Amino acid sequence: MPEWWGYLSLIERGAWVTFQITVLGCALALAVAFVAGMGRISPYRPVRWLAVTYIEFFRGTSGMVQLFWLFYVLPFAGIRFEPMVIGIIGVGLNVGSFGAEVVRGAILAVPKGQTEAAITLNFTRWQRMRRVILPQAIPAMLPPFGNLGIELLKMSAVVSLITIGDLTFQAQVFRLQTGMTAEPFGILLVIYFLFASLIALGARRLERRVSGWAKSE
Amino acid sequence: MDWDWAFTLEIIPQLLQGLVVTVEITVLASALAMVVGLVLAVGARSGVKLISYPVTGFVEFIRRTPLLVQLYCLFYVLPDFGIILPGFVVGVIGLGLHNSCYIAEVYRAGIEGVPRGQWDAATAINLPRRYVWTRVVLPQAIPPMIPALGNYILFMFKESALLAAITVVELMNTARIIANENYQYIEPITLVGLFYLAVSVPSAFALRRLEDRLARRAA
Repeated sequence: MPEWWGYLSLIERGAWVTFQITVLGCALALAVAFVAGMGRISPYRPVRWLAVTYIEFFRGTSGMVQLFWLFYVLPFAGIRFEPMVIGIIGVGLNVGSFGAEVVRGAILAVPKGQTEAAITLNFTRWQRMRRVILPQAIPAMLPPFGNLGIELLKMSAVVSLITIGDLTFQAQVFRLQTGMTAEPFGILLVIYFLFASLIALGARRLERRVSGWAKSE
Repeated sequence: MDWDWAFTLEIIPQLLQGLVVTVEITVLASALAMVVGLVLAVGARSGVKLISYPVTGFVEFIRRTPLLVQLYCLFYVLPDFGIILPGFVVGVIGLGLHNSCYIAEVYRAGIEGVPRGQWDAATAINLPRRYVWTRVVLPQAIPPMIPALGNYILFMFKESALLAAITVVELMNTARIIANENYQYIEPITLVGLFYLAVSVPSAFALRRLEDRLARRAA
C-alpha cells in the first residue's frame, strides 16, 4: 500500500499503448472515412451498396460488440491477429463509419456549381475531386473530425476488455494489486481528459490552417 | 467456421432475457439523462458564475472522458465512501449521467433556437419566470430536439453493452456467459450483433425520416 507510486510506471506504459491505438486508429478511421464516404456517393451502385452496408453495420452496433466479435469470432474463420491489431482495426472501422457520414455531408455541401464548372472545364473526376471539391469540403470536415478523434480516444478504453494493456487495463491492474480505487481511476480520468484536450487543441489549430482553402469571394 | 443452428435456437430465449435487461437500462438511463440534461442546460445558462462555471466544467469533463472509465469509477469508488449499490443501478446512473452532458448540449441548441423576440415578449407581458420557461420557451424548443434526443436514446441502447464490464447481465454479458459456458463463441456473439442491428437500423431510419419531416415543416 505505501509505495503505490511504483505502479505509476504501469500507468505510463498504458498511456503509451493508448496513444498508439488512438493515433493508428485515427489514421485508419481517416482512410476508411474517405473511401466509404466517397463510395457512398459513387455513381456505381455496387460501390454504393458496399459503402452503405459497412456504414450502417458499424453505426448500428456499439464498439464493444464489434471488438468482441473481431476478437472472439474471427479466429474461428482462421483469421488470427494480435490483440493490438484487432483493437486498432475495431476502433478505426467504428469511428471510420461515422467519419464517412461526415465526409459525405461535407462533399455534398459543396455548391453544385463547382462540380458543373469543373465538368465544363474538362476536368477528369479525379482532378475535380482533388482540385475543386475536396479543398472546399475539407475545412468543413475538420470540426466533426476533431470530435470523432475524441470519441476514438474514449473508445480505446474498451480495448482493455480484449486483453490489451492500455491505460484502463493498467488502472485495473493497479486497483487489483493495491486495493486502491480513487487514485488509479482519478489519475485515469485526468489523463484521458488531458489527451482529449490535446486532440481538441490540435483540431482547432488544423482548422485555422485549413480555413484558407475554401476562399469565398 | 461451422454454424450450429440447433445451438442458435437454443440460446435465443436466454439472449432475449438479456435484451429485456438492456431495454430496461436504456429506458431508465434515458429518463435520467433527459432530466439531468435539462438541469445542466439551465445551470450552464445561469447568470450566476458560481453555478455556470462548475456546471460547464463538469459537463466538459464528463464529455472528454470515456464512459467505461466513469462506470468503473462509480462501481469501484462509491463503495469506499459507503455507498454500495447493485451494478444495474450504478450502470444506469453512469450511462444516464454521461449522456446527460451530451443531451444538455442538445437542450442548449434547442433553447437558443427559440427566437429572441419570444423572450422579450414574455418579459413585456410580465410573465413569471417559471411560466416563461414552461409555457413559452420549452414548448417551442422541444419538438426540433426530438430527433437528436432519439439519436442519443439509440446511442444509450448500444452503449449499454459496456455495463457488462461492471457485472450487469444485459445482452452482451448474456452472450459472453453463454459463450464461456458452452465454448461456442460464434453463434452468441454474432446473434447479439444482429439483435443490436435489428433494433438500431430501423430506429435510425425512422429518426432520419422524423428529422426530414420536421425540417420540411419548419421550412
